[in-house]
Amino acid sequence: METNCSCKTDVPRVMTIHRILEEGKGQCSFFFKSFLNGSNKPPQPGQFVMVWLPGVDEKPMAISYSTDNEFAFTAQSVGPFTQALTRLKRGDRLGIRGPYGKGFTIKNPACVVAGGVGIASVATLIDQLQDPLIIYGTRSKAQLIYLQRYKKQEMLITTDDGSHGKKGFTTDVLVEVLSSNKTIKMIYTCGPEIMMKKVVALCMQYMIPCEASLERYMSCGFGVCGKCMVNDKITCIDGPVFSGKVLSTLSEFGATARLKSGRKVSLAEHHKV
Amino acid sequence: MNITLCGIRLQNPTILASGILGVTKESIDRLGKKGAGAVTLKSLCHEERKGNPNPTMFAYPGGFLNGVGLPGQGIESACTEFERLDDLSIPVIGSIFGYTLEQFGSVAKKMSSLKPAMIEVDISCPHMDYGQVYDADPALAAKVTKEVKRNVGKIPVSIKLSPKIYDIKAMAKAVEEAGADAITAINAYPGMVIDLETCRPLLASKIGGISGPALKPIAVKCVYEIYETVKIPIIGTGGVTSGKDAIEMIMAGATAVGIGTAVYYHGDEVFLKICEEMESWMKEHKISSLDAIRGCAHQQQKK
Repeated sequence: METNCSCKTDVPRVMTIHRILEEGKGQCSFFFKSFLNGSNKPPQPGQFVMVWLPGVDEKPMAISYSTDNEFAFTAQSVGPFTQALTRLKRGDRLGIRGPYGKGFTIKNPACVVAGGVGIASVATLIDQLQDPLIIYGTRSKAQLIYLQRYKKQEMLITTDDGSHGKKGFTTDVLVEVLSSNKTIKMIYTCGPEIMMKKVVALCMQYMIPCEASLERYMSCGFGVCGKCMVNDKITCIDGPVFSGKVLSTLSEFGATARLKSGRKVSLAEHHKV
Repeated sequence: MNITLCGIRLQNPTILASGILGVTKESIDRLGKKGAGAVTLKSLCHEERKGNPNPTMFAYPGGFLNGVGLPGQGIESACTEFERLDDLSIPVIGSIFGYTLEQFGSVAKKMSSLKPAMIEVDISCPHMDYGQVYDADPALAAKVTKEVKRNVGKIPVSIKLSPKIYDIKAMAKAVEEAGADAITAINAYPGMVIDLETCRPLLASKIGGISGPALKPIAVKCVYEIYETVKIPIIGTGGVTSGKDAIEMIMAGATAVGIGTAVYYHGDEVFLKICEEMESWMKEHKISSLDAIRGCAHQQQKK
């Protein structure tokens, strides 16, 4: 009945960057030569780690590579934290906590819809699925990553400006796939929330189960700070991966998010900060 | 297991402490469904605050350290978001703070418009510079209490005290005499953890507040001393993670027990867990009500 709770700890473990892989312009993957939690249990696809860059900040990052002896996360240089990350060199050190959250369930045959840097959150999922169909969209050719990594997979690429693949959105391609392909049993998605909302709506329409990985501001990663609440769900422990069935009941999904202060704002305002 | 605290009926004596999850209406309802007796909101002041940069919290062996720096949307925005608090499934305690006496008063007034069951006044956050040292000065704490009471009508007011003072009895006495209806004892204790690899404090704020098991003996001592000093009820808060911890707090003299860090250790099922463990202990010891053991540690001393 009673557990010795004071043994439970969550302290950043300072680890040395073993190698850095430049995935694209301003996009790097940071590899660490170790298991995450000291055990030999690999993280679940879709789980995340809290990454501490001393003197700068600590933020959640999706685990984008996971093998028997190393793991990585992929950062795209956007704000002060990711800009500082992408200036790091091999041998530099970072504090890592985790893995945290509930990940994806594996079901085949599947289609993965990824938008922008959201592909990092579904990358280890793609590694575990059996020949999934990947629909991957970015603003333009320059933002596309992992193309070599998934060269053996069937990948349908879209760009907003038409500089690579089909001009348009991933959801346009998904509609075509869903209306012609009867064999897909599961859809996974990660990317801009507006895109994911559309993906979930399409999956409901075509009655195909789906799972999406949400992004919210997080301070703790283990379910106490309350900053990542989406309706009554705590993203960091109930998610970040939620089923389409759950997401379609959440009025805040695809509509609002919370700032660092906890104030609720539109998604557009949330992405500005 | 139900109790009455300042006239408020609670289904059980567990109260979610301020700073954990109490940020939205839906989070309050969720905790109500999970068995909390009442929920305390995250502390709010007159302005929107981002709080400190991360890392702001972690658990080390024996306890928990946080330096969140009182982030919050501000009372105006909270009034828009919550609209009212008396239509929720469980009693809600609105937590407030200010930098000046006037701010304590005006934030309390706005909070009272949301109709919380009680208002808790945070004068003791260990990682926050209030401008004035309210947490160690009985005269100032009394002034804050009077200012808040003047602005909230009939809503009961609890003052949250800090353990980092020599004489907590004097603080308790001062706020009781100033009109406080209850005392929340205690807030976190200031502390620091240094990472050996980077040679720097782990918290971005360097200093944070210790909570969890490491804080419990300090909290029990403070509740014990306050119970000897005042007649108003005490919400015993600090390191309660099990039913036995809660019983210990009640034996020291608490009417209700605050639950904060235990949510980290056991998730939001912790309220049910603690209540079940309390009931089981009471059954085993043939104790029929919490009133029978409240403050009993004092009586035994007198024998």
